[in-house]
Amino acid sequence: MSEIKLQVEDLRVQFLNDGRITDAVRNVSFNLGQEKLAIVGESGSGKSTVGRSLLRLHPASAKVTAKQMRFGEIDLLGIPEKAMQQIRGQRISMIMQDPKYSLNPVMRVGEQIAEAYLAHHKASKAEAAERVLDMLEKVRIRDPQRVYQLYPHEVSGGMGQRIMIAMMMIPEPEIIIADEPTSALDVSVRQQVLSVLDDLVGQRNLGLIFISHDLNLVRTFCDRVLVMYAGRVVESIAAADLDHAQHPYTRGLLAALPSIDHRRDRLPVLQRDPAWLTA
Amino acid sequence: MTPELSPAIAASVPQQNGQPQSRGAALRQNLQRSLRRLTHNPMTVAGLIVVAMLLLVALFAPWIATHDPLAQDLNNTLKAPDAAHWFGTDEYGRDVFSRLVHGSRITLYVISLVTVIVGPVGLAVGTISGYFGGKVDTVFMRITDIFISFPSLVLALAFVAALGPGLDHAVMAIALTAWPPIARLARAETLQLRKADFVVAVQLQGASSTRIIVRHIVPMCLSSVVIRLTMNMAGIILTAAGLGFLGLGALPPMPEWGAMISTGRRYMLECWWLVAMPGVAIMLVSLAFNLLGDGLRDVLDPRSE
Amino acid sequence: MTPNMIEIEKLNLTFGHGPQANHVLRDVSFAVKDGESFGLVGESGSGKTTVLRCLAGQYTHWSGEMRIDGKALEHKLDRARCRHVQMVFQDPYGSLHPRHTVETALTEPMAIHGIGERQERIGSILAKVGLNDSYRFRYPHQLSGGQRQRVAIARALILEPRILLLDEPTSALDVSVQAEILNLLADLRQRDGLTYLLVTHDLGVVAHLCDRVAVMQQGEILETLATSDLAGSSPKNAYTRMLVDASREYSRKQEIPETVLLA
Repeated sequence: MSEIKLQVEDLRVQFLNDGRITDAVRNVSFNLGQEKLAIVGESGSGKSTVGRSLLRLHPASAKVTAKQMRFGEIDLLGIPEKAMQQIRGQRISMIMQDPKYSLNPVMRVGEQIAEAYLAHHKASKAEAAERVLDMLEKVRIRDPQRVYQLYPHEVSGGMGQRIMIAMMMIPEPEIIIADEPTSALDVSVRQQVLSVLDDLVGQRNLGLIFISHDLNLVRTFCDRVLVMYAGRVVESIAAADLDHAQHPYTRGLLAALPSIDHRRDRLPVLQRDPAWLTA
Repeated sequence: MTPELSPAIAASVPQQNGQPQSRGAALRQNLQRSLRRLTHNPMTVAGLIVVAMLLLVALFAPWIATHDPLAQDLNNTLKAPDAAHWFGTDEYGRDVFSRLVHGSRITLYVISLVTVIVGPVGLAVGTISGYFGGKVDTVFMRITDIFISFPSLVLALAFVAALGPGLDHAVMAIALTAWPPIARLARAETLQLRKADFVVAVQLQGASSTRIIVRHIVPMCLSSVVIRLTMNMAGIILTAAGLGFLGLGALPPMPEWGAMISTGRRYMLECWWLVAMPGVAIMLVSLAFNLLGDGLRDVLDPRSE
Repeated sequence: MTPNMIEIEKLNLTFGHGPQANHVLRDVSFAVKDGESFGLVGESGSGKTTVLRCLAGQYTHWSGEMRIDGKALEHKLDRARCRHVQMVFQDPYGSLHPRHTVETALTEPMAIHGIGERQERIGSILAKVGLNDSYRFRYPHQLSGGQRQRVAIARALILEPRILLLDEPTSALDVSVQAEILNLLADLRQRDGLTYLLVTHDLGVVAHLCDRVAVMQQGEILETLATSDLAGSSPKNAYTRMLVDASREYSRKQEIPETVLLA
């Protein structure tokens, strides 16, 4: 593997509500290099919490601890909020599930992307606009001049997500965290958005953390997969080897997927083993 | 079926352990949960205590009051607060404390009467107009607009001027101006609810419109209406006091708080207690209702769940 | 020869008037046999859910002809149709009344239709969908997503309909829970001889649960085929093939021709 961009060791996130402490994430450790790393799991597995706690975007009721959480030379746990703001967006970007909620509805999309660029670069407005048009072209928007002038409600879901990608990419981050970036999209559009993401990650030598519930998608899109269950990583495996997964949970999830090619009368139902919570 | 729950979720739903065995138990559990959350916030608890005290004082007024609130004692007029008259006496020598205590009954009477009129009327107009939409909505909402466009105190003044002063007329006047905001609120909620899947589901089961509104929509609007009504109570108290102050509400010698301030203001500079005591009472009670309303919103608002 | 349970002929639906009119269904025709499970697949805006909502009686201004069990449907929803056709919704969090217990939710349809022996019926329907009696007095917020969907299925079945309209019944659920619900739906159909009309964007789900499937795009049915033919080279339509490929995996080379997307 190439240089390690992100190093996480023994990450733990606890939520405090009504005087009760719940562990959302427990002893999660992983390294991210220049690769596409998937975090998969079902709802409540803590996969999104991992992504958010890396950027300190977790709610105030959460407590994040770790033995180590390093981004290059920077200790993500120790740095002050101000330094975190510098990293957020500029060096580590996050793409959310639904572009509808992430874009400002009363601002033209081009201006929003330009703002993202200007927030981290000293440049003139004209220069920024040029960069934006360039970036829009890179995410395969055919008529960047026109799209620049549109408001978020005037773009389709797939285009909105590509605009989000453009906005997150333009400060030239080193790591991108994508939280279910395509689950609100139709399959035909999904392919397009994924290939845009794929190309950019490849061209710019980025590290991508791809948070998803979709094993089938992750299997072909990512390089490596972390499978999370109840806040823990139960298995870390190369995406190509998913068919030979060792952990019964991973195997159970794969088996439970209905498929066009292998039709079965009944789908095997996942039998959860309490031992998975600890072992 | 518990294996379906991921452990993280299971842990955050404590009531899963004690499974209710009957409808009553389910309801009780729900109430207990709400009450726990209500008493979580100290401000809400403060509001709750003041409101509870108001209720107790009104209920036991004859036993709490030290004097007859109407009995005049012309030898002891305008006495400053002392051991015999805790809050002093007014220009006729009546005990201010006793008048305040008895006045709480009037305040409570006004609040509850207005609420009993305004709640159902606002709820009915709002849900019907929101559910059916179209012409029904247009007609109902224009009527609501007309009532909203009058400043409430002015409308109340006109109403009382036409019917003559008196507590009941003041109540009617206040109720007349207090229902439109409730109706608007209920309508806004209903507009969202009528598209909700659970409403569509009962429609597809063949339920009549009346049934859907009464059993499915009203219970969902109820919490925000209750919150709004509680908040409104502060305004009602103030309007009632204002009408009393202007001599259009409760008639003398009734110990209404607003009227007490009104008559006390002539002696205000020398005898501060005549204005301060009922003033503090009005402020405390309206503040308490506001706090309680805020707390109820945290508990009842479906969006916060 | 099994008779047709659902027949839809030249169903059209338009929202709005004049130049802004939005033609959401264009001459949709298909038939579903008694006891068959039929799928409608397509992407958002294809009109698949709209067909379901016309059948259920939520949209009433359609034109064309719809027949259930040989009887032509009126535009207005009547009670007889409610006992014939019931629906399960996509979002188990939105389809149950948040302030009603499971028991109240299940009693409601029986109260509307004046059905007796309610306690017994609730007990047996809960058992049927795999929930025991301890769930009877719970509120929706005390149930998991899969449990809620079971309650929603129980509510649809308590009127003993012949047809169940399934609107993406598992797309809001986790994979493992989806498998349980799909198994349950398959069991129920086998046991009670129900007819299913399933709307979904997930070809895997359609292939698993349905016998035949119609592919919709922009308000039209492109083709109707047996789900066993989805896998091979039989889909004639390019759009269908694209959907099949996309549902299998992500592939870099696969660029979707513009002509397929905007037929």
